[in-house]
Amino acid sequence: MAFLEINNVNKRFGQFVAVEDFNLKVERGEFVSFLGPSGCGKTTTLRMVAGFEMPTEGEILISGADVTHKPPNQRNVGMVFQSYALFPNMTVADNIGFGLKVARKGKDEIAKVVDEMLALIHMESFRQRYPYQMSGGQQQRVALARALAIHPQVLLLDEPLSALDAKIRVELRTEIRAIQQKLGITTIYVTHDQEEALSLSDRIVVMKDGHIEQVGSPFQIYNFPETPFVASFVGTLNVVDAVVRDPQSGALTVDGQEIQTAQPLSVSAGQTVRIAVRPEMLRMTANSGSGGTNELSGTVDTVTFLGSIVRVQVRLEKSKLFFDMFNNPHLVPPQVGEKLTVYFPREACLVV
Amino acid sequence: MKRSRFWSWLWIGLGILYFFIPLLATLNFSLRMKKDVISLMAYEKVLADPGFVKSFTFSAEMAFFTILASMILIVPTAYWVHLRLPQAKPIVEFITLLPFVIPAIVLVFGLIRIFSRPPFVLTASPALLVAGYVVLSFPYMYRAVDNGLRAMDVRSLTEAAQSLGAGWGTILLKVIFPNLKVALLSGTFLTFAIVIGELTLASLLAWPALGPYMALLGQNRAYEPAALAIMSFALTWGMIGLIQVFTRGTSGTALGGMK
Ligand SMILES: Nc1ncnc2c1ncn2[C@@H]1O[C@H](COP(=O)(O)OP(=O)(O)OP(=O)(O)O)[C@@H](O)[C@H]1O
Ligand SMILES: [Mg+2]
Repeated sequence: MAFLEINNVNKRFGQFVAVEDFNLKVERGEFVSFLGPSGCGKTTTLRMVAGFEMPTEGEILISGADVTHKPPNQRNVGMVFQSYALFPNMTVADNIGFGLKVARKGKDEIAKVVDEMLALIHMESFRQRYPYQMSGGQQQRVALARALAIHPQVLLLDEPLSALDAKIRVELRTEIRAIQQKLGITTIYVTHDQEEALSLSDRIVVMKDGHIEQVGSPFQIYNFPETPFVASFVGTLNVVDAVVRDPQSGALTVDGQEIQTAQPLSVSAGQTVRIAVRPEMLRMTANSGSGGTNELSGTVDTVTFLGSIVRVQVRLEKSKLFFDMFNNPHLVPPQVGEKLTVYFPREACLVV
Repeated sequence: MKRSRFWSWLWIGLGILYFFIPLLATLNFSLRMKKDVISLMAYEKVLADPGFVKSFTFSAEMAFFTILASMILIVPTAYWVHLRLPQAKPIVEFITLLPFVIPAIVLVFGLIRIFSRPPFVLTASPALLVAGYVVLSFPYMYRAVDNGLRAMDVRSLTEAAQSLGAGWGTILLKVIFPNLKVALLSGTFLTFAIVIGELTLASLLAWPALGPYMALLGQNRAYEPAALAIMSFALTWGMIGLIQVFTRGTSGTALGGMK
């Protein structure tokens, strides 16, 4: 039996369905991310696990015990908020010790745990600071320590990094993952940042409009999206219209140029489908994948310098494709108006 | 530019004169009890009068209980409205503003009518006076608490505390009240200032409070009332000054520093 089970959970606010038919089993020590666009029900689902919302239907089990109707203060679940939510009237040490104090633990034990937690987040020297005396990143680390101090069964984080700037975000997410693995704590992490989800998670739950689109490892989600939504939401995609020529062999034409998919197509000849190719699969030189290479020729439309990479957009007739190349000061990048052929393996061609 | 400067200063100057000339005149008058010399005799007399001390003490006690009751009533209410019933906010706000609409005299007649006969005979109890004062303190106390709650992230703080195992009592006592310290302080001072000089309720419910004492003094003496007026001004301004001192530089989240 999985450590955390969310079974057939539905949540309605009046007529509005916020979460629909949600099923998920999380193993002990697993790091699962909820990923999806704004309003898709990530927070609502997380809040049901925390006990701040009651499911309209369904049940939630933690370690085999039904907690569906337990109040949040009896669930032993740690929560980290986007807004840090540190108690402004308490020092770092008092914040971290709050949960233990509520549980009427002894002074010595509290002091010991607070020390451990401060060491865990590398903030020993901040013990007597107040929240307003710290940066956002430091506050969020303290909030994490506070949530962990009660040795929760499950750790829940709701977009903990989205109020921080880019550099701290990357730093802190690495730290969160390291701490999570060190403690082996079962974790649910809500984010709408795919990079965060991909880099942190054991598994990702991609959500849309209150339901699950796909559950899988970052590798599966990125490389084998099961729905058009997942394909387009996770990572960037080139999407172009293609006319089916021969469904059996997977032959298609894009603006008159023939390409092949790795699999047979399930639609009949003459129909238009949309195909998607990840920009990183496009190359300027032919190197065949296992099933052979597709090539498309066109004119360079725009070249955008983005620092470490250069993004090149190629126009066929109607369709446009873009791809990224590493910036190399010793190579001249393609010029606008230049003729260019791009190559990509057949199996990189997703039909959406 | 220069012209508008001139006019604004003129208006400010006129405003200052309008407020301060009577005050200065009163001050001057209060210092003239002894013929031809400036003296504090009027103040000494007031402070030496056992009637003053008694009525001041009584009013201060009433203020204390009013503040206590008002906090106990308003903090949880405002907190709950913030957290769970934001739609009820306009209603609660309206109720707390009623003392501005309903004159104290109407309130006190209502109180007397209802509480002077069974089943509730309370007119002889100071609790009724305190209850009336609590109503009068509503606009100040509620506004102060409401501002304080707005300045913090009530929902996240509550949920953080809940997830750490805290129940409602702990949340109110350990999280909400401490973070409302500054707000409660200003509510306290304002309430104190209202109660200490209140006349209508105290005199109609027949309590020996400072308000009625001052009114009586005003009818019978010349210099002492002026001294009293100056003293009560000083008290009120002192409190407003204290509010400024406590609220300055402490934004909502920075309150922790003044533990
Ligand atoms: N208390 C509520 N009453 C009514 N509707 C609600 C309530 N809470 C959430 N919703 C609705 O439920 C939907 C899901 O909300 P939720 O907060 O879970 O989204 P989310 O995926 O966390 O989005 P975001 O990335 O913007 O945080 C939204 O459309 C929201 O408007
Ligand atoms: Mg959310």
